[in-house]
Amino acid sequence: MLSIKNLTVNVGDKPILKGINLEIKAGEIHAIMGPNGSGKSTLSHILSGKAGYTVTGGTVTYQGKNLLEMAPEIRAREGVFLAFQYPVEIPGVSNIYLLKAALNSIRKHHGQPEVDAMDFLTLIKSKVRLLEMDEKFLYRAVNEGFSGGEKKRNEILQMAILEPKLCILDETDSGLDIDALKVVAEGVNSLRSPERSFVMVTHYQRLLDYIKPDFVHVLAHGQIVKSGGAELALELEEKGYGWLEDTQAAA
Amino acid sequence: MNTAAASRYTAEYQAIAPVLPGRDLPWLQSLRAQALEKFSARGFPSLREEEWRYTNVSAIEKKLFSPSMSIASSHIDTDWLKSYQLEDAWSVVLVDGHFSGELSVLEGLPEAVSVMSMADALVKQPEALERYINQAVNYNEHGFIAFNTAWFTDGLFVHIPAKQVLEKPVQVLHLITQADVLATTRNIIVADEMAEAEIIETFAGLDNAYLTAAVTEVFIGVNAGVTFYKMQCEPEKAYHFGGAYIKQSRDARFSHHNFAFGGLLARSDVHADLDHASECELNGLYLGIKRQHIDNHTRINHLKPHAISRELYKGVLDDRARGVFQGRVIVAVDAQKTDSQMNNRNLLLSNDAEADTKPQLEIYADDVKCGHGVTVGQLDEKSIFYLQSRCVDEETARNMLTFAFANEMVDKVKIKGLHDRVLEQVLARFPQEGVSKEWL
Ligand SMILES: Nc1ncnc2c1ncn2[C@@H]1O[C@H](COP(=O)(O)OP(=O)(O)OP(=O)(O)O)[C@@H](O)[C@H]1O
Ligand SMILES: [Mg+2]
Repeated sequence: MLSIKNLTVNVGDKPILKGINLEIKAGEIHAIMGPNGSGKSTLSHILSGKAGYTVTGGTVTYQGKNLLEMAPEIRAREGVFLAFQYPVEIPGVSNIYLLKAALNSIRKHHGQPEVDAMDFLTLIKSKVRLLEMDEKFLYRAVNEGFSGGEKKRNEILQMAILEPKLCILDETDSGLDIDALKVVAEGVNSLRSPERSFVMVTHYQRLLDYIKPDFVHVLAHGQIVKSGGAELALELEEKGYGWLEDTQAAA
Repeated sequence: MNTAAASRYTAEYQAIAPVLPGRDLPWLQSLRAQALEKFSARGFPSLREEEWRYTNVSAIEKKLFSPSMSIASSHIDTDWLKSYQLEDAWSVVLVDGHFSGELSVLEGLPEAVSVMSMADALVKQPEALERYINQAVNYNEHGFIAFNTAWFTDGLFVHIPAKQVLEKPVQVLHLITQADVLATTRNIIVADEMAEAEIIETFAGLDNAYLTAAVTEVFIGVNAGVTFYKMQCEPEKAYHFGGAYIKQSRDARFSHHNFAFGGLLARSDVHADLDHASECELNGLYLGIKRQHIDNHTRINHLKPHAISRELYKGVLDDRARGVFQGRVIVAVDAQKTDSQMNNRNLLLSNDAEADTKPQLEIYADDVKCGHGVTVGQLDEKSIFYLQSRCVDEETARNMLTFAFANEMVDKVKIKGLHDRVLEQVLARFPQEGVSKEWL
């Protein structure tokens, strides 16, 4: 599904990602952990097409295509979804309007007709229930005045409705209490399928108790310094990142 | 500024004076004479005047617009009229500065309520007019007020007696059909104690160069309430001056919604005097495209304690347009416990567009809560990327964000027919792709 080879990225003259290699197959769940400022969000942004970064080397192939040359909205329509670490408030644009606009752009992209109004309502209402949200959220401006937890839930609501193929969750669990975490995890788990892959950026092993990853990667100083199975997260929780950075420095 | 140019208008004045209304009212004759004298001496406002420093009106002097002496309402296209005239309202239609009985709709007014043309009112209720004209604003204020006072040909007079609540809005339509004309209308609106009314002022014209110079005085009695909407959609070659001057009594409530969309050069004044515990809300939306210059001047005078004022003006400027916001809030020594908030937000859509914003707080009392904030900026790149990451293409994202910014002000219009017309005007001025009425 996604193949990242030797990816190097700068912001201005400053190298941020320094040779990332990552293979993600359909149906897999990959967790990315690592200290603050190590480049996790940068990687998420590069995959979703945010401006302001310079790719200085390497390739990213998504479903056989060069992801890096697609406009952000094309990536989204092709099934790449980023749940933002800091979702953006859009005053004056209602949640439901954005959802409908997004869903219809995806359908149009695939040569399908616009979604029927009744079917759309039925769909979003079922997803709103799944995420234990109040229907009123649909009619409020996107993220405006939402609490941190509400914003994160709203990201997962969008994801559940748009049904992407590659879901990138950037610290969706940060700031969530245990009840909200369970709801979000349930939302994610309900989307698991052999055709859908997940990249979950997180600082907390606890998320992985609810969504079990196939692989855990540690990103430090712009490189993946260690990869392993779910048990690596437990080890990191116990020991922190210091031992990895030390071995990295020694190497 | 330019007395030579002012005198060109003054020279013409002698020809039109005999047909101006109120010839047989000595008090009005004397008022007009004083205003004319003032105008002859001072001319139109100059850039040297602090409150006009961003707006150069010298083109008006160069053009020499002339008043229309007759009404040509038979030329009015019905569809065009209906695109501005509300169905569910009483309306006074002024064509080229003169009342048209044929186009106005005044049936079914409550008996004690007066809604009529200014020319009519000068015949039927001269005492009332003597009491109010030149009282909410004085011709000394600036050249346009003096000019209007000397030149006015007609206008609207509304009087709502105590405790009367008008169940439909009153709309005054200022329509200009001829090229190079001058439309000087004077409007007086009086809401007595406990009365309530909604007033709509609409300015529109056929695609010509002309000058509108309208002055509206509003008097709101004790604990009365007036909601005022101004929709200015002059064509792109027109010049517009329109001022509203409001006197609020104790506990009176006033809200003004100012939609400044048209004109090559358009200036709006909204000045309100607040009495004890009165409330004043000023909202504005100005949209500038091409080479438009749109100036909004507001002044809120807190004269007595406990009054509240809230102000929000938003501007969207594209192409080479220039928007000006000058907002003054003056809190008098006596006006303790004043609660005032003023905001101006500008969105620039092009590198050649410009916004000048100047909020001024002048506070002479010590126990008050006053704030202000201004912003001038472009569309937020983070928001655009967020929308793109939700499948929306960049151009549509920009349209959505621009429209959402403006729509906050449109949404405040509570009269359906007017809301829809204002919305049409907004949509006509900016790209609509991706913008839907569904999200309102
Ligand atoms: N626009 C930018 N300009 C300058 N530096 C940047 C920019 N964006 C990111 N960086 C830098 O790149 C590095 C990686 O940032 P990034 O946000 O990707 O880290 P992260 O791993 O997501 O951190 P966190 O865990 O705190 O979210 C940091 O040193 C950051 O300061
Ligand atoms: Mg991050």
